Amino acid sequence: MSADTTQTMTMAAALNLALADSLVDDPSVLVFGEDVGALGGVFRVTDGLAARFGEDRCFDTPLAESGIIGSAVGMAMNGMRPVVEMQFDAFAYPAFEQIVSHVAKMGNRTKGVLRLPMVIRIPFGGGIGGVEHHCDSSEAYYAHTPGLTVVSPSTPQEAYSLLRAAIASADPVVFMEPKKLYWSKGAVDTSIAASIGKAAVAREGNDVTLIAYGPSVQVALEAAAVAAEDGRSVQVVDVRTLTPFDDETVMQAVRSTGRAVVISEAPGYASVASEIQARVSEQCFEYLEAPVRKVTGFDIPFAPPKLEHWYLPDVDRVIDAIDSLHWED
Amino acid sequence: MSAADAAQLPDERPVQLVDEQGVSVTHEKYERPPLETLLAGYSALVQGRRVNEQCNALVRQGRLAVYPSSHGQEACQIAAATVLGEHDWLFPTYRDSVAVMARGVTPEDAMVLLRGDWHSGYDSREHCVAPQATPLATQMLHAVGFAHAAKLRGEETVVLAMCGDGATSEGDFHEAMNFAAVFGLPVVFFVQNNEFAISVPLSRQTAAHSLAHKAIGYGMSGQRVDGNDFAAVFSVLSEAVARARAGSGPSLIEAHTYRMQAHTNADDDTRYREREEVQSWICRDPLTRLQSHLREAGVLDDEAEERFAAEAELVAAELREAMNREVSVQPSELFEHVFAQRPATLEQQWELLQDEIVRTEASA
Repeated sequence: MSADTTQTMTMAAALNLALADSLVDDPSVLVFGEDVGALGGVFRVTDGLAARFGEDRCFDTPLAESGIIGSAVGMAMNGMRPVVEMQFDAFAYPAFEQIVSHVAKMGNRTKGVLRLPMVIRIPFGGGIGGVEHHCDSSEAYYAHTPGLTVVSPSTPQEAYSLLRAAIASADPVVFMEPKKLYWSKGAVDTSIAASIGKAAVAREGNDVTLIAYGPSVQVALEAAAVAAEDGRSVQVVDVRTLTPFDDETVMQAVRSTGRAVVISEAPGYASVASEIQARVSEQCFEYLEAPVRKVTGFDIPFAPPKLEHWYLPDVDRVIDAIDSLHWED
Repeated sequence: MSAADAAQLPDERPVQLVDEQGVSVTHEKYERPPLETLLAGYSALVQGRRVNEQCNALVRQGRLAVYPSSHGQEACQIAAATVLGEHDWLFPTYRDSVAVMARGVTPEDAMVLLRGDWHSGYDSREHCVAPQATPLATQMLHAVGFAHAAKLRGEETVVLAMCGDGATSEGDFHEAMNFAAVFGLPVVFFVQNNEFAISVPLSRQTAAHSLAHKAIGYGMSGQRVDGNDFAAVFSVLSEAVARARAGSGPSLIEAHTYRMQAHTNADDDTRYREREEVQSWICRDPLTRLQSHLREAGVLDDEAEERFAAEAELVAAELREAMNREVSVQPSELFEHVFAQRPATLEQQWELLQDEIVRTEASA
């Protein structure tokens, strides 16, 4: 890290900086959505952008998610790089048809003539005491859709670098922001570039690999610290790009330890976590000392605020999963 | 209601400039386009009708998977395509193949979707025509965004978005109208009200006085036009395009027309409409009306008729020949265009399929 390009900031501020730097660098970048103008977004991720860049570059739209995504498709067809905000995970569902039928398919439909360089930012997940429709982990819907790139950062640095990469991408990117980490702080070096499609080892370890993304990386790191006190050396892989999946990094990690636990907040059935579990089981079978476990949300609607601590995967649940991995000691 | 609001309301009767017998009708606001425009339009209508017939035949011969015909709606198709300038964009639906061809796309390229080679067969940028949309009303929003980008850059592009009466019930139709009006965008929304959404009649889509009346709810002007009167559709759309280009915002134009044939070859329209009703629209046919008008005006004679028919026949023959050629479809393309750069995961899947293809060919 270089001192003159590094600052400590929250993830929300890092995202804001990435948007601002992209708006400066590329006149075709536009930011729009609900309350992203004067208010600066309900999480303040777009704070100050309308004032600094003007109403033509950052603006509020009518309250209509399909309209936001659908018009972003048209803008991307016509030379712009729209970065649109869905206010909350569950409020993106009205735009589902536009995302699945057009955002994901336009490039393929036109054999690359009309690629859609656009970013759909979606705050997702629980842990903030949000009421119903504000805490869904909706990433599997997008990850399941061919043609979409799905990314989720876990630190302010990743938030900055991955959002810059997403905006620069020739293809549409669904950018899943872990809202419980918006206020987490970390160093951000704006000179660090990230590659979409690359996972990263967030903590080295020899005994077991925890595989997580977005909000669950923090849980994995905390569990690794606790397990270390019990003498287990725990490796943590931050997936970062949910699709296209980085098999190489993840499998190499698991083969080095022989044990794996996948962690995610989303309901586990037919999920990104179950896909990772299946891939690891298939590709690392000969290296595994125990079945691959997963620690996920239950297959129930997200819990109300007073019950969410029972729903969310936590350190204890991860430790229990680690303990079940056929240890000889 | 204020005078400004009232000015946005459509006429009580659809605008007509040439009646069913081919006689001129005067209108206080709209003028009949020049005869040369109508003559060129007529030639294109003849071609459009011939292409519709040819495509129906190609479905019966198994050369096309399906064809949603615009038979009876050719005046709307040709007018929508020809009111636009070279750099304006058209956003068509699956029933608008004739409009797509009228923008210069070859019939062969236009039929790629319906033949089943690929999901779209023409270069959208070359022709300024978006891929034909199958999901209803979704393309209206793309048109809005496209126009928004043009406006932000200070370009003069006008965008014309087409849909049918059924699509006006979709949420995206509403959102597109609303976005376009709020941002004052140069979009012309053109609804071909052909009375049916497959089997469901207009009365089940709306309780509004007319579809064009919906415009005032968004704060834009609406107009109704006789969709089988080429002169009227051309004139009303031209005015809307000119207004959009002048920065006066979007408008909603509803053309009253009729789907003379079933939804597609897979549909049986005897289950939901009376033959008498279909028959009653024959005397309102867009071709015969324009033909009578031009003959009466003395600009269309037998020789010109024969020439137009021969040109249309040539187009049909070329289309027939093209569709009868076996095209080679490439499985590699399934993986080639999904992303700008093919990820390793898809590379592996393509290798799997490639192995399968090699083994299949070896055993054949």
